[in-house]
Amino acid sequence: MADDEKGKEGFQYGHYAHRKYLIIAAGVALAAAVYFIDLFFSIPYISPIELFDEFVHPGGTSVMHVILWDLQMPTVCAGIVCGAAFGLAGVVMQTLLNNPLASPYTLGISAGAGFGASLTMVVGLGGLSVLGTYLVPAGAFIFAMLATAGIFLVARAKGFSADVMVLAGIGLVFLFQALQSMMQYLASPDALSGIVFWTFGSLNGIEWTEVGIIFFLFVLAFFLIYRKCWALTAMRLGDRRAEALGIDTQGMRRWMFVLVALMTSTCVAFVGCIGFIGIVGPHVARMILGEDQRYLIPMSCVCGAIILTTADILCGTITPGREYPIGIFTSIVGVPFFFYLLMRKKTVKT
Amino acid sequence: MIVSVSGLSFCYGSAKVLEDLSFTASPGEITTIIGPNGAGKTTLLKCVADLFRHDGEVTFDGKSYERMELFKFLSYMEQNTDLDVDLNVFEIVLLGMIQSLGFYVSEEDIQEVYKVLDLLGIRQFADRKIGELSGGQRQLVFIAQALVKNPSVVILDEPTSALDLFHQYNLISFMSRITKERGCTTLMTLHHLDVAYKYSDRMVIVSDHHIYAEGPPKEVFTKQMLKDVYRVDSAVMTDEAGEEHFVILGPSRD
Repeated sequence: MADDEKGKEGFQYGHYAHRKYLIIAAGVALAAAVYFIDLFFSIPYISPIELFDEFVHPGGTSVMHVILWDLQMPTVCAGIVCGAAFGLAGVVMQTLLNNPLASPYTLGISAGAGFGASLTMVVGLGGLSVLGTYLVPAGAFIFAMLATAGIFLVARAKGFSADVMVLAGIGLVFLFQALQSMMQYLASPDALSGIVFWTFGSLNGIEWTEVGIIFFLFVLAFFLIYRKCWALTAMRLGDRRAEALGIDTQGMRRWMFVLVALMTSTCVAFVGCIGFIGIVGPHVARMILGEDQRYLIPMSCVCGAIILTTADILCGTITPGREYPIGIFTSIVGVPFFFYLLMRKKTVKT
Repeated sequence: MIVSVSGLSFCYGSAKVLEDLSFTASPGEITTIIGPNGAGKTTLLKCVADLFRHDGEVTFDGKSYERMELFKFLSYMEQNTDLDVDLNVFEIVLLGMIQSLGFYVSEEDIQEVYKVLDLLGIRQFADRKIGELSGGQRQLVFIAQALVKNPSVVILDEPTSALDLFHQYNLISFMSRITKERGCTTLMTLHHLDVAYKYSDRMVIVSDHHIYAEGPPKEVFTKQMLKDVYRVDSAVMTDEAGEEHFVILGPSRD
């Protein structure tokens, strides 16, 4: 084809879409690389070669087997799955509520979970041997769902308007943070330390069963949400335009909010309040791939998984032997990278 | 598709906006809704598109449809074109076919988008973000979105509000041609009365919650109507081609 003919053709949607798939594939490859780095390199004082040997030939020494398959593997898998789930929750919330700051964190779901966990620890249920390990997540889950129910009821009364949902969420954040502060004020030193650690979130100690539950809910939510990717893209044009394209915006908000809240509440109940990923993961994905939700949704999951797993690597390697809450590192890793992308973003001067 | 509106009424809370409106729009014709600010033109279009719950009946070839069914053959273009989102023009126009899009966009769908972009002369903007375009260019993009699925009924709310004079005439002349070629039923609101008079097949003049007059422009577009509805005085001028034009002289002195 002659050059001038090529020029007439101009924009080729097929190539454009193909390039987006390649970027997602590159993201998945990067997530896999980060996964293996976390798996083999983030345990202090243990040789990655020994861990790799156990990975390739399982059934070596019993200590190495337990470290890799029962401790490290579920933690790293939880990082990937929870990161992806937070990324999914963030992108859906931001789209449904047409608000770049929307995430489970800003809508009070995490704050509700934080209060629920704190309450269980303060009343002493968290210290009850085996039962205690389940009661703290149960308390977190119950209060996260109560926060969800609160937003849902207020929103239902106002026709599931995005503004009302955001404002109701912000109100709940303040309420649960005040209640959480009260719990910290009343807590014993031991319980206080537990509360602080829990509120920053941690992947350590998570078990295969818990990873399995989160994975199941993530996959379920992903496929149910992904079926509506065109409708979600249309909602980015605003409610009125989406409705003019035949989209039931209220219905979308209603059932997707419940689905995302259920998935997020479960994640937060098991790993604590790991912030920032729900906001930054989708933003990074959006800067790379734009708003077409067929690409944005999977890319947000990939970005969330990469950020959380990278933070887990830093947790394990910066100060070997000392365990920091991962929530601190998600922000330390995410914010500079996010600023870098913001500075690179083209601005339209009006 | 014949669009029949019968006994349509609408209230915002206790404020009455439209009361007992009835008219018919036919295939292959442009039916223009005109009237002063706040007359309820946009509300009327939204009621026809089932975007507002209303009293009365709107039928398409004699049948009523649920909203999801309706948008398979009806396109509605919003008045407001402000939008800054990370989607390019091609993607925005593609969304016009949302009711039939599969996960993979087929080659036929891609060609439909290119075709409508060519028709409106905006193919060169295909890869531009919508927020980078001027108001007039965005308006053309949303018209392309409304036309891309070859709808039987096209509803356009103020499609020329952001366009300069040349493009206003150009666009409505284009819509007139498309309406006749495709045999679709086009309903639109317009503020530019000369364009409306020149290109409409029928006019529905809304004033004070009611229909003031309805019919072909030659019958309903009169100096008296301009005085009653718009409160302006006017004169009729005939050009070299023998076509009549209404010239607005100023606010009515009566």
